[in-house]
Amino acid sequence: MSTAGEQDAGLSLQEEHESKTHRTKRRDGDRQKKKRRNERRKGGTRAGEGEEDLQAVSEKRERSKRKRAKSKQETSRRENNEEEEAQLTGGKGTKARKDIRNEKTRRMEKEEVREVEENVDKGKKKQGSTKKGEKKEDGGKQLVKGKAREVKKKKHKKAETSSEPETSEEDDDEEEDNDKDVVRLECLSPEELEKLKEAVDERKKLIQSLRGKPWAMKKKLVTLRESQEFVEKYEGALGKGKGRKLYAYKVLMTKKWMKFQRDFENFKTGCSIVTVASYFLFLRWMYGINMILFGLTFGLVMVPEALMGRPYGSMPRKTVPRAEEASAMDFAVLWDFGGYAQYSVLFYGYYNNQRTVGWLKFRMPLSYFLVGVGTVAYSYMVVIRTMARNANESGVGDDNSFNFSWKMFTSWDYLIGNAETADNKFASITTSFKEAILEEQESHKDDNIHLTRFLRVLANFLVLCCLAGSGYLIYFVVRRSQKFALDGLENHTWWERNEVNMVMSLLGMFCPMLFDVISTLENYHPRVALQWQLGRIFALFLGNLYTFIIALMDEINLKRKEEKIVKFNITTWEASLYNGTVSENSTASPVTIHPADVPRGPCWETMVGQEFVRLIISDTMTTYITLLIGDFLRAVLVRFLNYCWCWDLEAGFPSYSEFDVSGNVLGLIFNQGMIWMGSFYAPCLPALNVIRLHVSMYLQCWAVMCCNVPQERVFKASGSNNFYMAMLLVILFLSTLPAIYTIVSIPPSFDCGPFSGKNRMFDVIHETLESDFPPWFSKVFSYASNPGLVLPFILLMVLAIYYLQSTSKSYREANVELKKKLQMQNEENKRKNKRAALKAQMDLEEARMTAQEQQRNNNASVQDQESGSLNSNINKEY
Amino acid sequence: SKLFYRYRDLAPQLVPLDYTNHPDVKLPYELIGSMPELKDNPFRQRIAEVFSEDGEGNMTLDDFLDMFSVLSEMAPRDLKAYYAFKIYDFNNDDFICKSDLEKTLNKLTRNELTEDEVRMVCEKVIDEADLDNDGRLSLEDFQHMIVRAPDFLSFSLTETPTVML
Repeated sequence: MSTAGEQDAGLSLQEEHESKTHRTKRRDGDRQKKKRRNERRKGGTRAGEGEEDLQAVSEKRERSKRKRAKSKQETSRRENNEEEEAQLTGGKGTKARKDIRNEKTRRMEKEEVREVEENVDKGKKKQGSTKKGEKKEDGGKQLVKGKAREVKKKKHKKAETSSEPETSEEDDDEEEDNDKDVVRLECLSPEELEKLKEAVDERKKLIQSLRGKPWAMKKKLVTLRESQEFVEKYEGALGKGKGRKLYAYKVLMTKKWMKFQRDFENFKTGCSIVTVASYFLFLRWMYGINMILFGLTFGLVMVPEALMGRPYGSMPRKTVPRAEEASAMDFAVLWDFGGYAQYSVLFYGYYNNQRTVGWLKFRMPLSYFLVGVGTVAYSYMVVIRTMARNANESGVGDDNSFNFSWKMFTSWDYLIGNAETADNKFASITTSFKEAILEEQESHKDDNIHLTRFLRVLANFLVLCCLAGSGYLIYFVVRRSQKFALDGLENHTWWERNEVNMVMSLLGMFCPMLFDVISTLENYHPRVALQWQLGRIFALFLGNLYTFIIALMDEINLKRKEEKIVKFNITTWEASLYNGTVSENSTASPVTIHPADVPRGPCWETMVGQEFVRLIISDTMTTYITLLIGDFLRAVLVRFLNYCWCWDLEAGFPSYSEFDVSGNVLGLIFNQGMIWMGSFYAPCLPALNVIRLHVSMYLQCWAVMCCNVPQERVFKASGSNNFYMAMLLVILFLSTLPAIYTIVSIPPSFDCGPFSGKNRMFDVIHETLESDFPPWFSKVFSYASNPGLVLPFILLMVLAIYYLQSTSKSYREANVELKKKLQMQNEENKRKNKRAALKAQMDLEEARMTAQEQQRNNNASVQDQESGSLNSNINKEY
Repeated sequence: SKLFYRYRDLAPQLVPLDYTNHPDVKLPYELIGSMPELKDNPFRQRIAEVFSEDGEGNMTLDDFLDMFSVLSEMAPRDLKAYYAFKIYDFNNDDFICKSDLEKTLNKLTRNELTEDEVRMVCEKVIDEADLDNDGRLSLEDFQHMIVRAPDFLSFSLTETPTVML
């Protein structure tokens, strides 16, 4: 029967998602009812075996289901069907299936099912073990069949349970009782009602606090049962009129809400290993932000343009030029985001400068501009808010007074259910203890200061060399790639075309390792070393990014020069065209030129967008590939070569890779910086990033689970959270800087993008103000933007910021002071306690001493007396 | 009910499906300790002993439910602290004394620390947490210390609460 039991368990698992809320509600009741009913029905149900028994049970069930009159017929019909089938397939298997189905449909009547199961069990035992295989097969088939039916039933069941959540929970008898109670209650006086209410509240409190009481389960169950019955009896009745139903509904909703919250919490703290989990939490947070950015750009920019703007091929900027048409669909070109990808909604150049789009009169250029600004503003807001919250949280804790005790009693993670993880945990606990001991000892000694100082200077010098070298390398590569670009990309190899991105990714990969090696020279405390390391990597990434941007700026200037020439050419071309047509056909019919043939300028905005997209793609690829090679392949090699190698690979040199939390977080931060920088020129970037984050979440999760070992040195991530956030903020600022610079100071291209034809991009606001708002509004606006008003306003804001900052500073100081006082108090208490204990001990000792002395004295005196008496006796005798 | 199946699956031959008629079935410690949740836990024997009624690790269903309810994430901290204290109190004298601490430490590190280190850590722990200076930790000391611990919630066997009690 164990097979059937397993099936049941499996099915109940399936069902759980659907009916968990009901179940959780009922579970307690279930258990208690089980016993009660069993007692009641022991005789009846246990009398017979087989079919008769089943029918008896089902009859009872139907009787108990008077309330569900609608469903009754259906179920009985189904049961008939089932019986027919049962005759066809025959034997025990059908019973098992019935059990399964009964369980599914009416969870509350489990105990009956269980009895039936038991009967089946007995039957099976009689049958012997030879037919077991057969039975299993039967079960499998029926499972499949049953599922199809189950789906149909689910709807029905849902309706049932949600419409009558309360009644389905109780027995009929109780129901009637309650009804009587209601009647009786209505003729109670208000004071009695009040009393009753209090009693109910008390019971409720008891139920709630029951879980917190260290009683044995039996006692808990008994008390719970009693008080639940009490509450159920009177609670609903206390409500007026429809209160009962309303109450049931309310309970249901609160339970659902609780469940949701709990799930959410579980989701939030998904991983059990703290430090690694912090990385994934960060990644998820980032994912959330990107989702919103994606929603903004997708909903307000890309979709309107794609749906309501002019279709592809209607104008030059939306058409692939004739020269590129042949290769526009090649995969290599598309992979570089050229060809059709370049002339699509993914990039800036595709957008039209029509003021309104479609029947909604959607202001496309304005929306584009506002979305660009909004993304940045939203990101600032989120980052700063999170920082503030983190600061709040970290300000309170940070109590280090129980370091060893906590290590001792809370370091074991009770969730570990896997031998390998357990081994790792043992190792990490041991090292953490050793580290703590070392730290404790280290606080008492100091080293050769001159040597370490020299080494640190040397290390910093080396790191600076690395940084400068990498910066120069990038600059060199970007310059070279420009030369290649001028020659035409087609004549160069793949490497030469993708040099910039590859070099940047490779630098980002190898330099941190180099820094790690260098930092061993410095002999810092690990925590300090970690921060140095992070700072250096940060500087490296930042330098690389900015070299890249400077190179891009050069390129933009080149393109703009090119644009000027093209513009001039176009005017001559148009003039020649016009002249040509005029001279050829004097009717001056409108000339139709295919948009692909129209000459056009180099759209530098699209170029910038393309560069960023390529950068992101190559970065993503390198991350994934390093993950696969560096982690997975290494793990596989180590694991399987270990059987035939001359030293222990797992413990020795290559070993498994650690999951580098800080490096990964930094990578994430920089990735986000690039998104912020590039998303104005390539609206598709947030979408790309969402995909990337999604994939890397699962990929890295898998990598962590299967081929990484936890870091040996584990530090509490709580303090460094805001460190990362601060980095993110700096990156955000630094990445919006170039974007804003280009928006404000460089005129947009003349023939592509939503702002074409304007002098500056932000002119779109001016235009909207003039044409879409009433004149008084623009007047007010012009007054408000008057420097005479703006300057005082800014001054006021600065003053407010200063004031708030100084108050917060004083609060913080007070806080620190209070903390210090508390600590002092604590220590004082401790000392006092110790002194008191010592004193008590001394007193005790003294008392004991005196007692002993007294005793000795007594003894002595007694002895004296005795001896005296003896002496006297002796004397007398003599 | 899910837990009941878990309980039953440990020993299908011992536990009948209709549990109510045989409420006094006990599972021996060997079976309890081999559960996936417990089998890698260095304190599994203590856990089983603390939660079993007879103190020897043989559990009835009620004990079993008890264990899972205390060791679920939903259980309040005070309760957890109480049972954690019992688990770490190896010799059942209602105090965590030095020998208990040494045992705990050796179980946690699989005897990989030297004797000096063990002694030093134990001294540090007592120095930190012992408020009444009797050289051992009472329940109050323990609760005082453990409630302030940042990751004490890891003292749970299951991620999702399986018992609603």
